[in-house]
Amino acid sequence: MPDGKSTVSKPPVPKSPAALGKTTKDSEDINRRSFFSWLSFGWIGFVAATGGFFTMMLRFFFPNVLFEPVQTFLAGYPDDYIIGEVDTKWKDKYGVWIIRNDQGIYALSTVCTHLGCTPNWLASAKKFKCPCHGSGFKSTGINFEGPAPRPLERYRIVLADDGQIIVDKTKKFQQEKGQWEDPEALLKV
Amino acid sequence: MSEEKQKSLLEKAAESQIWKSIFRGGGVPRNRRQRMMSVLNSVFLHLHPVRLPKHAVKLKFTWCMGGLSFFIFLILTISGILLMFYYRPTIEYAYTDIIDLAEQVPFGIMRELHRWGAHAMVITVWLHMFRVFMTGSYKPPREFNWAVGVILLLLTLLLSFTGYLLPWDQLAIWAITVGSNMARATPFLGSEGPGASLLAIGDINFITMGSDARFALIGGRFMGEAALLRFYVLHCIGLPFIIMIFMAVHFWRVRKDGGISTPV
Repeated sequence: MPDGKSTVSKPPVPKSPAALGKTTKDSEDINRRSFFSWLSFGWIGFVAATGGFFTMMLRFFFPNVLFEPVQTFLAGYPDDYIIGEVDTKWKDKYGVWIIRNDQGIYALSTVCTHLGCTPNWLASAKKFKCPCHGSGFKSTGINFEGPAPRPLERYRIVLADDGQIIVDKTKKFQQEKGQWEDPEALLKV
Repeated sequence: MSEEKQKSLLEKAAESQIWKSIFRGGGVPRNRRQRMMSVLNSVFLHLHPVRLPKHAVKLKFTWCMGGLSFFIFLILTISGILLMFYYRPTIEYAYTDIIDLAEQVPFGIMRELHRWGAHAMVITVWLHMFRVFMTGSYKPPREFNWAVGVILLLLTLLLSFTGYLLPWDQLAIWAITVGSNMARATPFLGSEGPGASLLAIGDINFITMGSDARFALIGGRFMGEAALLRFYVLHCIGLPFIIMIFMAVHFWRVRKDGGISTPV
């Protein structure tokens, strides 16, 4: 009976030895049918509570506050950077190379696009070389040797009001998606 | 004469209430049935078969690789617990604590034992799998236990992987950097995996670098202290707990599926 109302039509109460000793009022309160409907409520409640707890467990692994280095930093003035040179002073702290060429200044990610190691800038060979698996990148970030499948990524680079360079690592520009044409991927000075 | 006396002492002990409360079955096992009952009634012994056919334990057939894997697991558990008394899973102390363990702590070989034991266990588990494959021991009715064994192999590799980060040296950091980057490519749940962009409403993408499978694994967007702590907990508590459950099932099923290396 889906509505579970035992008063509408009473199913015959089985005459078990235990039931014989009981008063009729008891068997009206909980009979076999309503017991099963209450049981299904109980199971639904149990499954819901268990599912809720596992959802909580899953969410627990995604913290709201991260104690990680800041993703945006001031990188000095454009005049601090020499045309045609790769500046490695932000590599250890922020994971960024700042390079100035004839067109402007851009911020390259130090994460190798193969498997995420950190390449080194070899000034004599004029290339970035990854120590893990030998990927090589030109100073523009274009991959030219080794297993790296795509160029290094560039970060958003803009000027602050006081003329300092802001590097914002939360926004990435990928060459293979044509994003290097974005005005914020290259700071024209 | 003295032998007789000892025997009676043992029998005397076996009749005491303490003995009988611990070992069910009544006294020293004298016949096959009593020996079988004493094995069946022990929580430790009952995982093991009551009796083994002589041909089943031939070394040239089994290579003893399953038994060796379990033996090495016990060594790793004991030496690992000992290491936990000195090792602190923080960026500040992790590396120096490993140096301290190797150079200053008495019997610092405990750390080498753990490291080499870990290598050895990966090798013996692979060889065990190879042996089971070559002797056809994966065939019905043992196919379920083969599946359990594959899970055990995976858990062994995950234990090896999580333990690798804990020394927090350059080798460890970069190995885990590379390894955890693979999680980016998880279908649907990795930020760079296939189908990740399907889980989005308009411009809001739910699977990003800050919410994908890799993030859950290393507890952040970059390899750092959260990753070290997560791997430490997984290595010392989470994965050993899971692998012990599967090992119990594995050993029990060896017996239930017709015994060790016996044609069925």
